[in-house]
Amino acid sequence: MPKDLVFITVIGKDQKGIIARISNAVFMHNINIEDLNQKVMDGYFVMTMLADMTDSSASIGDIKKEFAEIEKQMDLNIQVQHENIFKSMHRV
Amino acid sequence: MEYTLDEVMETVRMTLYHNFDIRTATLGINLKDCIDTDIENFKSNVYDKVTEYGKKLVYEAGKIEDKYGVPIINKRISVTPVSLIVESCSEDAPLEIAKTLDRAARDAKIDFIGGYGALVQKGMTRADSRLIDSLPEMLSSTERVCAFLNVASTVSGMNMDAIIKLGNILKDIASKTDNGIGCTKFAVFSNAPEDNPFMAGAFHGIGEPDFSLNIGISGPGVVRSVVEKNRDCDLTGLSEVIKRTAFKITRAGELIGRELASNMDVPFGIVDISLASTNKVGDSVAGIVEMMGIEKMGAPGSTAALALLIDAVKKGGAMASGNVGGLSGTFIPVSEDSGMNEAVKCRALSIEKLEALTAVCSVGLDMIAIPGDTPAETISAIIADELSIGVVNGKTTGVRLIPVPGKKAGDYVNFGGLLGETYVMDISTFSSRDFILRGGRMPAPITSMRN
Repeated sequence: MPKDLVFITVIGKDQKGIIARISNAVFMHNINIEDLNQKVMDGYFVMTMLADMTDSSASIGDIKKEFAEIEKQMDLNIQVQHENIFKSMHRV
Repeated sequence: MEYTLDEVMETVRMTLYHNFDIRTATLGINLKDCIDTDIENFKSNVYDKVTEYGKKLVYEAGKIEDKYGVPIINKRISVTPVSLIVESCSEDAPLEIAKTLDRAARDAKIDFIGGYGALVQKGMTRADSRLIDSLPEMLSSTERVCAFLNVASTVSGMNMDAIIKLGNILKDIASKTDNGIGCTKFAVFSNAPEDNPFMAGAFHGIGEPDFSLNIGISGPGVVRSVVEKNRDCDLTGLSEVIKRTAFKITRAGELIGRELASNMDVPFGIVDISLASTNKVGDSVAGIVEMMGIEKMGAPGSTAALALLIDAVKKGGAMASGNVGGLSGTFIPVSEDSGMNEAVKCRALSIEKLEALTAVCSVGLDMIAIPGDTPAETISAIIADELSIGVVNGKTTGVRLIPVPGKKAGDYVNFGGLLGETYVMDISTFSSRDFILRGGRMPAPITSMRN
């Protein structure tokens, strides 16, 4: 069965607990983390997480609502985008 | 990971910081099957079809926005040219249909609905004439209906009798609406495309199927940022990086368009790759040209810079999608692009230079405020000049002029919201009257004989 992959990207000031908070939210929705990358770019903490939503009953909209709370509390910018857009833009 | 961090972040940055979005998802709807000689039945057929599909468009577009994190700014509808569907109806049918379209658009939460227009490049039927005469009343009594007229084409030449009428009609529309704002919803064309997703000129052409979902992408901000990052490369190199960026944004547009069409169970039409600017900081086509090294848009070199820019966008876009269509040129709407507006304010940019740009790649004289006392024949002459560029070069050109009542050259005018603000442009005061009033049809150019 093809996977239902999304990229979760986080940009903001480096601080404790970013990955913990995101991972926990993802776990609560039965979403599997496939891969994770993080680095400091132009002075900002940047993390990209590739996650599989195949077994989750949540929609991207639901996840975004939950992340909106984390964004506010930790002053982060969190994006959730389906993998297809990266495939279409970066792979021929 | 299959993608590098840089690749992922490139896409994320485009939407977060450089205003990358789908500027419009426009659903073309055929209304020929709604025709009924009983006007009440006719209106209810139109209302039902437009609201059903309009609501579906808004709902499905919202879901796709969530899925890809790319905003779809406008959800719009274009319909079969209204002059065609009211041929067998009574005098007031065009206006009645316009009011129905307006109500349907409002109820479906569609901000603009296009197609109140006619194709009269060779001549006018009685219904065409009636519709043209109703334009001032239609544009002052509806909120969301946009109008168009195709009055010229490369194969038919220019209908100068229609163009004579338009000088007076534009003044009449302007006088009936605040600051002449009704004119912002009306575009006059040569070689109008049947699948244009952008307002005010969108209509669902007669060669189109029952439905067609057309996408207008956007990305002046994205292109400006790659030009900014490549300050030292020569123009060949610059063309290459713009081409790559255009490829990426067109692919995203195609993906979103195809999926939206499939979810709505309608055919996917085209991706229009025009760079459509907004008044947001950095989201300006003039800003790209200036970043390329022109001090102010309109200075010598602007035409060459814009030609290079759009050529690169077309090449990248054509590689990315087999369905490039619509206008796919440059939009440089003066009031809707803050950089264009600045250039007009400091007099770097004249209407003559704007006209020159349309010979290369711009699709018309767009959102230009002119003095309210400009004679009707002069307005007709500006339209004729602009459209003749389209006719002779085998391309689309359009005109959206606003003769602002009571304003003189240099005066400030604010149309509000997306329509922006601008300064009234200088127009030559020498007369074109005797030429224009000759009327008739300007013959098609020799280049139209291709068979």
